[in-house]
Amino acid sequence: MFYRENGQFKTSYADDQALLSIKQDKWFIWLVLAVAFAVVPMFASEYLFRAILIPFLILALAAIGLNLLVGYCGQISLGTGAFMMVGAYAAYNIAVRIPELNILVVFILAGLITTVVGMVFGIPSLRIKGLYLAVATLAAQFFMDWLFSRVKWLTNDSSSGSVSAPVVEMFGFKLDSPIAKYWFVLAIVVLFALIAKNLVRSNIGRSWMATRDMDVAAEIIGIRPVYAKLSAFAVSSFFVGVSGALWAFVHLGSWEPLAFDINRSFTMIFMIIIGGLGSILGSFLGAAFIVVLPLVLNQVPIWFGIPISTATASHLEFMIFGALIVFFLIVEPHGLARLWAIAKEKLRIWPFPH
Amino acid sequence: MGPFIEVILGGLMAGVLYSLVALGFVLIYKASGVFNFAQGAMVLFAALAFARLSEKMPMPVAFVLAMGIMVIVAWLIERLVLRSLVNQEGIILFLATFGVTYFLEGLGQLIFGSDIYPIDLGLPKEPRIIFESTFPGGILINIEDLVAAAVAGTLVLFLALFFQKTTVGRALRAVADDHQAAQSVGIPLNRIWVIVWSVSGFVALVAGVIWGSKLGVQFSLALVALKAIPVVILGGFTSVPGAIVGGLIIGVGEKVAEVYLGPIIGGGIENWFAYGLALAFLMVRPEGLFGERHIDRV
Amino acid sequence: MKTRWKTAGLACAIAAAFTAGGAFAQANEQFVPVLVYRTGAYAPNGVPWANGFVDYLKLINERDGGIGGVKLTYEECETGYATDRGVECYERLKGKGPTGATGFNSLSTGITYALTDKTFGDKIPMFTTGYGRSESADGSVFKWNFPLLGTYWSAADMLVQHVAKKGSLKGKKIALVYHDSPFGKEPIPVLEEHAKKHGFELLKLPVTHPGVEQKATWLQVRQQRPDYVFLWGWGVMNSTAIREAINVSYPRLQMFGVWWSAAEPDVLPAEMAAKGYNGLSLGHSNEKNAGVHKDLMKVLYDKNKGTGKKEDVGHVLYNRGMISAMLLVESVVKAQTKFGKKPLTGEQVRWGAENLNLDAARLKALGFDGIVQPLKTSCADHEGTRKARVHTWDGTTWSYTSDWYEADNKFLRPMVEAQARKYAAEKKVEVRDCKKES
Repeated sequence: MFYRENGQFKTSYADDQALLSIKQDKWFIWLVLAVAFAVVPMFASEYLFRAILIPFLILALAAIGLNLLVGYCGQISLGTGAFMMVGAYAAYNIAVRIPELNILVVFILAGLITTVVGMVFGIPSLRIKGLYLAVATLAAQFFMDWLFSRVKWLTNDSSSGSVSAPVVEMFGFKLDSPIAKYWFVLAIVVLFALIAKNLVRSNIGRSWMATRDMDVAAEIIGIRPVYAKLSAFAVSSFFVGVSGALWAFVHLGSWEPLAFDINRSFTMIFMIIIGGLGSILGSFLGAAFIVVLPLVLNQVPIWFGIPISTATASHLEFMIFGALIVFFLIVEPHGLARLWAIAKEKLRIWPFPH
Repeated sequence: MGPFIEVILGGLMAGVLYSLVALGFVLIYKASGVFNFAQGAMVLFAALAFARLSEKMPMPVAFVLAMGIMVIVAWLIERLVLRSLVNQEGIILFLATFGVTYFLEGLGQLIFGSDIYPIDLGLPKEPRIIFESTFPGGILINIEDLVAAAVAGTLVLFLALFFQKTTVGRALRAVADDHQAAQSVGIPLNRIWVIVWSVSGFVALVAGVIWGSKLGVQFSLALVALKAIPVVILGGFTSVPGAIVGGLIIGVGEKVAEVYLGPIIGGGIENWFAYGLALAFLMVRPEGLFGERHIDRV
Repeated sequence: MKTRWKTAGLACAIAAAFTAGGAFAQANEQFVPVLVYRTGAYAPNGVPWANGFVDYLKLINERDGGIGGVKLTYEECETGYATDRGVECYERLKGKGPTGATGFNSLSTGITYALTDKTFGDKIPMFTTGYGRSESADGSVFKWNFPLLGTYWSAADMLVQHVAKKGSLKGKKIALVYHDSPFGKEPIPVLEEHAKKHGFELLKLPVTHPGVEQKATWLQVRQQRPDYVFLWGWGVMNSTAIREAINVSYPRLQMFGVWWSAAEPDVLPAEMAAKGYNGLSLGHSNEKNAGVHKDLMKVLYDKNKGTGKKEDVGHVLYNRGMISAMLLVESVVKAQTKFGKKPLTGEQVRWGAENLNLDAARLKALGFDGIVQPLKTSCADHEGTRKARVHTWDGTTWSYTSDWYEADNKFLRPMVEAQARKYAAEKKVEVRDCKKES
C-alpha cells in the first residue's frame, strides 16, 4: 500500500534510466537528505556529532569504497586501513607543503595518490585471487605501517612520529564547529555515494560484477579482467583515500600510523559484511551498526543498573562482535541491506498479503 | 661468521614456532577447505587455559584438561558455524573464522583473565655458548629453542603417521580430496570435521605452550596468526611439510633481513618483509612450494 | 518473524545511540572521566594503573565524603590503547556531570597527541603524569597539558646522568630499544643531543607494536654489544624484551628501563632470571606502607570495596595510577580555594593544576610522603618536579639502587621551549606571557 509502483509508467528513456525510478524512493531519499542536512543539526548534541555522526559518515565513505572492490568486483582487501593511512598522510603532506591550496583540492589529490598506491597493490590481483589476494593486501597494511613510522620526510620530521592536521579552512571559513564539520563531511559523502551509485550501474560497474561472478566467463564475453580489476582497485582506493584524509583531518585531528592499523582494516570488512556486500545502502547501514554497537554495549548495563566492569564489557563486546559476524554470514549473507529490501517487499503488499 | 650463524639459528628457531601455528592452518584447510584465521585465537585460548589450569594442578593434568577444552571448542565451532555454512564459498568461511577469532579472544580473556601468565616447563632459561674456540664470542644456543624444535619435529612425524596409517587419517584425506565422494562412501563429514578441528586445537595447544613458556601467555599470542599466514602462502595451503619448510624460510628470511637490511633502511621491517617474501613467491608460483596446482573449471 | 525481530533490534540499537549522551545528573558532584585499557596487548600494565586510579577516587569519597563536600563520580572508558577509541571516549565523557569533565588522564602518548589540540577549544585540562608530550612542560603554550612529575625528556636526561656516573661515556655505545610509536620516539631528540655532548654512539632499535617479535632486535644487541640498553617499552613488549635479553645473555645489570618499563608485570614472567634489571622510578617504586595505603586498606579493602586484588595494592603501576588520581584531586582542592566548594569546571580545575604547591607537609598529610616528591607548578612550568631514582629488580621485589637525580633543566628547557614555540606557530596558539600571570 505504501510502496505501490502500479501506475507509475515510464514514458521516456530518461525515466527508464533514472537513478530512482519509483516515486516513493525519490521522496524517501529527499526526506532522508532533508533530515540529515536540516533536522539533525537542530537537535544533535555535540557528542552526537563528534563521536557518532562524523565518524559514521567518514567510515561509511570508506565502506562504500571497499564495497566497490569487495562487494562489486569480488576482490578481497584486508588493507583498507593502509589505504586510509595513505590518504591521510598524503593529505597531510600536501596541506603542510602547499598551505595555500584549497582543502578540497588537497583531499582530491590525496585520493589520487591513494589511487596510484592502490593500483600498485592491485597488480597481484591479475595473477592471484581469493585468499591469496587478501594476503597480498595484508602486505600493504604492514608495509604502510612501517613506511609512515619510519620515513621522516613523510611526517614532516615530526620527532614523535605523530602528526597533526592543520586547521581545515575553506574559502576563508574555518571548519571547527561540530556542525560545520558535519555538513562538510555529509556533503562529501552524499556526493561520493551518488557517484558510486551511478558507477555501479554503468558499463564499468557491470564489468566489475561480471568479473566477480565468474572471471573466466567475463573474459569470454569480452571484459578485460585487467581493466575491470585495476579500475575497481583505483576507484575503491580513491574513495578510501579521501575517507582516510577526512578521518585524519576532520575526526582525529592528530594521528600516528597506529590509528590506521590492521584492526581498522578488519573493522571495515565487517562493516560491509554486516551491511551487505554489493550494496551502497549496506555500506551506510554497516558503518552505522559498527559505530553504534560498542556504544550501545557499553550503555546497556548502565540502563539496567547492572554493575559490569569495563574489562568485562569490553570482552563481551569482542564476543558479541564475533558472534554477530558469524550470525550475519549464516542467517543473512546479504546483510542489513537485505532487511531493507524485505521491508520494502512487505510494504508493497501491506496490509493485504496474499 | 659467528654472528651470521647465530642470526640463521635464531631465524630457524623462530621459524619452527611459526611452523607450529601454520600447521594448524594447513590441517584445517586440507580437511575442510576453510582458511582458519582463528588459529591464532585458538593458540591464545589453549595457552590461557593451560596456564590458568596449571596454577591449580600438575602440568600433565592441566594439559589433558586444556586438550579437552579444545575438543569442546572444536565441536562447538563445527556445530554452530561450519555446519550452517557448508557449501559456501571459501571466502565466506574465511570471514566466518574472523567472527570465531573475535569470539574466542573475548571469551578467553573473560574466563581466564588478561594478565601475563607464565608457563614454566622447567627448561633452563640461560643460553649455552658453543664453538667458543672456532668463533670469537662463540655461538649462543638456547635449550628451550632446541626443545621447541624437537617437539615440532615429533609433532610433524606424529601427524604424518596419523594421516598415512590410521583409518581416521585416511578418512581425513578422503574428505580433503572430495567432500561428496567421501560422504557417498560413508564417511561422516561432520565427525571428521570435529576431529580435524580438535587435532588443530591440539597443535594450537602445543604451539601455545611453547610460545607461552618463552614469552608468557598473553593476548598478543593471538597475533602470531598474522605471522603464520605468509608461511602457509609460501609453503602451500595443503602441505604439512610445506608449513615446516615455509616456516623455516620465513623465519630465517625475516631475521636476516631485519639484522642486515634493517639498520640501513630504519629497522622494524620484519613484519612486511615476511609478507613481501610470500608475495614475491606467490607471483612466481601461486600454489606455494608444495601446494597442489589447482585448475579452475569454467 | 525473524526479520521483524532483527529490524526491531536494529531500531533499538539506533534509538539507544541517540539517547546515549543524554542523561545528566544535576547534583553536587564532580565528574572524573577515566580512560583505561583493561583488555588487549597492554592490559597487564593498564589494569593496575586503572585500579590505583579508581581506588583513590573511591577513597576520597568514602573517607572524606568527596572533595570539600563535593562527591566524586567517575566513569571508565576502554580505549584499548587505540587513538580513535580514545578520541571517542573523550567526546563521550567530556560533557558528563554537572560541570563537565574535571580533567583527562589519557594513559597513552598517542591519545595525548590527538587530544591536545581539542583541549584548547574544550577548556579541559589533560593530566599526563609521567608521560605525554615532553614539550608540553612549557605551560605558556600548552595551557591545558600537565605532564606532572616528569616528562620523557627528563627521563632520558636522568638515565644518561645515571650511566655517565659509572664512567665517561666517550666512545661508548647505548642502544635504545623502543616501542615504535610516539611514546617510544619521545626520548630520541634528547638522547641524540646527549650523544653529541658526551660523545657516545646511539643505536636506535625500533620494536613494532605490540612487541612480541624481538629476536632480531636482540641479535643486533648481541652483535653490537652496546654498553647500555635503554628500554622504552610498554605492555607485553617489556617482558618480552627481558626474556630476549636473557636469551642472548645480555647482562640485565646494563639494562635500564624508563619508568613505564620497570614494574611488576614486566619482570614477573621472567622472575629470578630478570634479577639485576634496572628501571627509572618516577619518584616512587612499589611502596606498600605509606599512609595512603593504610587508608586504602582500612576504608576499601577491609570492607571488600577495592577494585583489584588486595595483594596488588602498592605495586609500581598501581601506585602510579593512585598518584595520578591524587594530583587530579589536589588540583580540584586547590581550585576550590579560589572558586568555592562546588562542582568546578575544567577551566577552574586548570587554574588549580597550574598553582599546585604540594610541599612535604601537605604530602605527609595526604599519606604520600616518600612516594611523591614535593612539587610546585607554575604558568611556565607544568611539570612541577623532575626527580627520579633508579630501582633494581632483585628477583622478588624492586629496591632503590641509586641516589636522586634531577633532570638538567638548563639543558632541557631550551629544547622544550623551541618545540613548544614551533607548535604554537603551527597551530596559531597564543603564547601566554608568564611573567604577567604570576
